[in-house]
Amino acid sequence: MKTCFIHSAICISAQETFYNNDFLKEASEVTTEFASAIHPVYKDYIPPAAIRRMAPGVKMGVVAAKQSLNEANINIPEAIIVGTGMGCIEDSEKFLNALIDNDEEFLAPTSFIQSTHNTVGAQIALGLQCKAYNMTYVHGAVSFESGLLDAQLLIQTSEAKTVLVGGVDELGKEFSVFFNKIEKQQPQGIQVPFGEGAGFFGMSSEKAGAFAILKDVQVFETVSVADITSKLKAFLTNNGLLFQDIDAILMGENGDAYDVYYHEMQASVFLKTPQISYKKVSGEFYTASVFGFWAGCHLLKRQEIPKILLKNSIEKKNYQHVLLYNQYKGKEHSFTLLSRC
Amino acid sequence: MKRGVAITGMGIISAIGTNVEENMTALLFSKTGIGEISNITTRHQKDIKVGEVANTNSQIAKSLQLPENTIFSRSALLGSLAAKQALENAQIERISEYRTGLVSSTTVGGMDLTEKHYKTFQSNPETLKYLKSHPAGDSTQKIAEQLGITEFVTTISTACSSAANAIMLGARLIKAGKLDRVIVGGTDCLSKFTINGFKTLMILSNENCTPFDANRKGLNLGEAAAYLVLESEAVIKKANKKVLGYVSGYANANDAFHQTASSAEGEGAFLAMQKALKVANLQPEEIDYINAHGTATLNNDLSESVAIKRIFGDAVPDFSSTKALTGHTLAAAGAIEAVYSIVSLQEQCVFPNVNFKQPIPELNIPPAVKFQKKKVRHVMSNSFGFGGNCSSLIFSSE
Repeated sequence: MKTCFIHSAICISAQETFYNNDFLKEASEVTTEFASAIHPVYKDYIPPAAIRRMAPGVKMGVVAAKQSLNEANINIPEAIIVGTGMGCIEDSEKFLNALIDNDEEFLAPTSFIQSTHNTVGAQIALGLQCKAYNMTYVHGAVSFESGLLDAQLLIQTSEAKTVLVGGVDELGKEFSVFFNKIEKQQPQGIQVPFGEGAGFFGMSSEKAGAFAILKDVQVFETVSVADITSKLKAFLTNNGLLFQDIDAILMGENGDAYDVYYHEMQASVFLKTPQISYKKVSGEFYTASVFGFWAGCHLLKRQEIPKILLKNSIEKKNYQHVLLYNQYKGKEHSFTLLSRC
Repeated sequence: MKRGVAITGMGIISAIGTNVEENMTALLFSKTGIGEISNITTRHQKDIKVGEVANTNSQIAKSLQLPENTIFSRSALLGSLAAKQALENAQIERISEYRTGLVSSTTVGGMDLTEKHYKTFQSNPETLKYLKSHPAGDSTQKIAEQLGITEFVTTISTACSSAANAIMLGARLIKAGKLDRVIVGGTDCLSKFTINGFKTLMILSNENCTPFDANRKGLNLGEAAAYLVLESEAVIKKANKKVLGYVSGYANANDAFHQTASSAEGEGAFLAMQKALKVANLQPEEIDYINAHGTATLNNDLSESVAIKRIFGDAVPDFSSTKALTGHTLAAAGAIEAVYSIVSLQEQCVFPNVNFKQPIPELNIPPAVKFQKKKVRHVMSNSFGFGGNCSSLIFSSE
């Protein structure tokens, strides 16, 4: 089976991660109600006529994808894979409101067309004239990881030599407010703001130019807090690793009651491991783990952990294996293992 | 070695029946499920025809023995019912016996509940519980809970090719040895959102749709869910399981032409069919029947016909669209048509393309119009969606 090498990692987020090359040196915790993305200058990347029709998610996705392909030196990928938890929610809101307000009359098709979940993947393909495999995963907090799993499978089995894989979600205007209300109803709801962003990654079976390896991804729907550590142990064993081989863990803590899953590991098997917590700077959204994945990639590339992300004060000289663990409300769990190459 | 990945169970609910047997009977007698919409109140009631599942939500909830206060979107209800049938059909009792995954698909998600309660979310905190069903992954989670699947669970949404892609992923995961067993398929209910969306695109017919007919006027939307159980060679051997058929070929390609329209030369469809044949290691002449995408829109049927002709030349096999019976069930279409493809293999027959009168003049390749018994070893099933997403699957009897 072939190895899945990572050649580029591009992220648009609530921090200055797109243009700025300082790996979160100037980043800060988001204190506003929502963690809106810092948007690139889209007209530098997309023809003006096309920009007008694109919602923020599509724009973020298309530009992050483009930049990711550039940096990976991939002209036309042999697969395009996108994960999105909520899809094109802004256009969904537009069409829903028009539909209800006008009682099913005087509707225009544009927002309906753009509301389709695979719009980002389709727009990337259209822009590149890429006729290859094109897939969109929409399973909550494992939308992106489902895509990673597919990307790795394509490369391992030689179904594709190069893959563009990413995740994207946009805040929209209304759903995020409603989801906030739901959180406020909980005894211990999510404490970090809801956010948005996009991350795209160029992967290939070729090693030259790569800085990391996507070693393994495991996606699973449910597990008890009591079983999470043994579940992880089995995952690591499968990859010939022990807990102490992990040089840094990136966890998707968001402050809600389900953080016990992370705390369980942080306080036991990873007590002496550098611990990274990123959602206070990225915000929480279904594909927020893209930010974690991006940070994991750059950590391996630069061999350093940004101060703002480090939860304990432990650092290492060398970072060889990095583990990401994310879950949402005790469901949609994923382990992602990255290694330096 | 077998050609593909074994199918050991299937379940389905559509406008032409609430289980495999009912669907099979309707197919054999060309009994249509297209009619006037009754479960949804819409301004367009008189100017559209739909393939609606007759059962109401409470009837389905009752048959699933769901507690009174559970909130299931209609897609989750339809999906749970069909997926449970599939497990039963595959005679699976202990789900955790093997590494079992679920790959479902949907485009509508919980939109039926969202559109009903949307304007109350701001003012009434009580109704916010309905919002939780909105994300596309929700129906899949409900199905996973119903089946007791705790391991790999995911959802695909690539418009009208979604379920075909779910079947493809399941087959690939088994082939690569990542899972022993995967339940694959899709579910979509009717909603005002999709009805009005397709209405604004002006591709809904006000009559019973007529796929591949020269005078076709557009599609009829439908609702359905269907699931297949795919199992590895090792499980089949160990449990001595009966195999219904095999997923032997699969492919996805992108038309890269337009967000909603297909290219004139049907490039995406052509590439998908070509690659699926390659994966199955089959020559075009070995395909005995094509269950076409055939939505009855002007654009799709012409583009698909061109692509079919490009692949099969002058020897186009029997092909038909079953959407004149079921309506276009969007994300579920690839799954219900997979079930029909397997029925075609089991019954050794080709289903007629009902409502057809005159071939598309540009091409003059008429679909099969009569029910016929014949030797069927390999069936191709096409599913194409918005965003140029084109998928083709091949099902084989051995």
